Amino acid sequence: MSAERNGKVKCVIVGSGNIGTDLMIKILRYSKNLELVMMVGIDPNSDGLARAKRLGVETTYEGINGFLKRKDLVDQVDIIFEATSAKAHLQNAPIYRELGKIAIDLTPAAIGPYVVPPVNLGAHLDKLNVNLITCGGQATIPMVYAVSRVVPVHYAEIVSSVASKSAGPGTRQNIDEFTQTTAKGLVAIGGARRGKAIIILNPAEPPIIMRNTVYTIADECDPDEVTESIYSMVNEVKKYVPGYNLKSEPIFDPLDKYPIRIPGYGEFNKGYKVTILLEIEGAGHYLPKYAGNLDIMTSAALRVGELFAEKILSEKTLAK
Amino acid sequence: MSDKKVIINDVTLRDGMHALSHQYELEDMVQIAKALDEAGVDIIEVTHGDGLAGNAINYGFSKYEEEKYISAVADVLKRAKLDVLLLPGIGTIEDLERVIDLGVKVVRVATHCTEADISIQHIEYSKNRGMDVVGFLMMAHMIPPAELVKQAKIMEGAGADCVYVVDSAGAMLPQDVADRVKALKDNLSCQVGFHAHHNLSLGVANSLSAVQSGADRIDASLCGLGAGAGNAPLEVLIAVFDRAGIRTNCDLYKLMDAAEELVRPMMKRKGVEVVIDRDALSLGYAGVYSSFLLHAKRASKRFGVDTRDILLELGRRKMVGGQEDMIVDVAVELAKKRGKEVEVE
Repeated sequence: MSAERNGKVKCVIVGSGNIGTDLMIKILRYSKNLELVMMVGIDPNSDGLARAKRLGVETTYEGINGFLKRKDLVDQVDIIFEATSAKAHLQNAPIYRELGKIAIDLTPAAIGPYVVPPVNLGAHLDKLNVNLITCGGQATIPMVYAVSRVVPVHYAEIVSSVASKSAGPGTRQNIDEFTQTTAKGLVAIGGARRGKAIIILNPAEPPIIMRNTVYTIADECDPDEVTESIYSMVNEVKKYVPGYNLKSEPIFDPLDKYPIRIPGYGEFNKGYKVTILLEIEGAGHYLPKYAGNLDIMTSAALRVGELFAEKILSEKTLAK
Repeated sequence: MSDKKVIINDVTLRDGMHALSHQYELEDMVQIAKALDEAGVDIIEVTHGDGLAGNAINYGFSKYEEEKYISAVADVLKRAKLDVLLLPGIGTIEDLERVIDLGVKVVRVATHCTEADISIQHIEYSKNRGMDVVGFLMMAHMIPPAELVKQAKIMEGAGADCVYVVDSAGAMLPQDVADRVKALKDNLSCQVGFHAHHNLSLGVANSLSAVQSGADRIDASLCGLGAGAGNAPLEVLIAVFDRAGIRTNCDLYKLMDAAEELVRPMMKRKGVEVVIDRDALSLGYAGVYSSFLLHAKRASKRFGVDTRDILLELGRRKMVGGQEDMIVDVAVELAKKRGKEVEVE
């Protein structure tokens, strides 16, 4: 099988847009266990494919079929990173499954279980398909989890603002899936009882740095304890996204003074509304530093890919 | 003026939601909708101020669920078409599916003026469901007419029956409106509409300018009830249109009565004022999204900084519709700069 000669696990990236290209740069520069053998695109003139060629990565512009034709590569590859769109992944996923390949899904298609590295990194290493939710989910779910591990969270809502320039056609076509998948992630991984997600594209020049606001309705608690949990989670995320920062200390609005009534759900008049203001500066690998939304997604993908690769390598050592 | 009748799209029940901090009573909505219907208004919009699924901490929760408001109004309309607003990024096609069978006839899909491509799926879906579909280009003062045309074409291409020039910040002067409406009329074959805010006291004047430049649809609300200093006051608009020889299906006296007997008493009862105070004026002056007004006033109280300073900073940062969370961000930053502690109260 594969993963023999240089002790690395071979992978491909399907989708040569902003996300795929940024991930390519991260794998080539930082990966210990992954070797990128092909970049799959659909536009021969795309910047991502041109970049891949310059960096010595094989490319195809014939989409997934261009990869499948290359039986030699298909046999070697263990991991496929999907950086296309939710729709495309729904079509591609059964093919990957048929081939027995591990799919790490960076679209909001959400076929496989959700993974947010600082919350449940190693949880689904036995699965053939894992989903990374959305950039907004990767950015905000750790914060919701930081609150919910201390105190019950009745409701979590996030607003992600990204620079228009950093939102490619995939993101734009997936805007409904973005809000729906992120909201589900706030509940499934963040631990909130209800979730809502909002995304805003802002065209300002110079482009705005990715911003995320996280609101939670938290039960009665000690604000200091919640704050401490939030800060320690920020440090966890910073380990793989150094530009992940709080814009201010978390803001606690007491609900007995500012009650919140959600029609069809209930009235909350004890505990706190906790507001967390985040700014995410990217590493500037593919797009400039404003595009923290790329960075948090591709950094998460690399972390998850790395862990799968480690597992594959150790299994192969054992098999010998 | 030509013989064509201008289509009047009422927003008292949707943009007016902002002015009421989304606390509309169902009964008020029903009474106002009935009066608008009887007065000949063509289209009546009902949704949260920020569109379908706008119920959120970021924008404020409405008193009742959106289905309740929509059904209540749908039940009493005899002539007017019911319309809902949707902002992709906040609401989704699923949200549309949830309400479309309640009697909705018109769907308006709103994006920031440079982001029309995020509305394509929602426009196509609504078209397939047999809706009259409107593309709504917000904060249209921020880009020149030629760029607005490019964005409008994306919406028209997706199937929109009408594309709006939306002056969300109430920042345009009559010539700005004329330039944009004319550019769209010259380059599109679908209808063109205009939505005013009254922050510079130009709501009616700008709407007149729009019609004189060829606009087919105009938004307005009774007593101007809407975000910021409100919209073009409908009863005034129709009086002016009558005087200018612009034809509509509206009955002036009936609209005057509805404003006087229903909306103004409701505003008094709810303690709501829609006026050009210094804060609302700052919106128009600085080109800031009108819905930010009440949120900025609240943040001003909470963090002890001047509302105008918050609004002007939001304008400087070029914040767009929907970024209400940045109001708290700016207020906290301004408070910190002034050495104020932000703490648990």
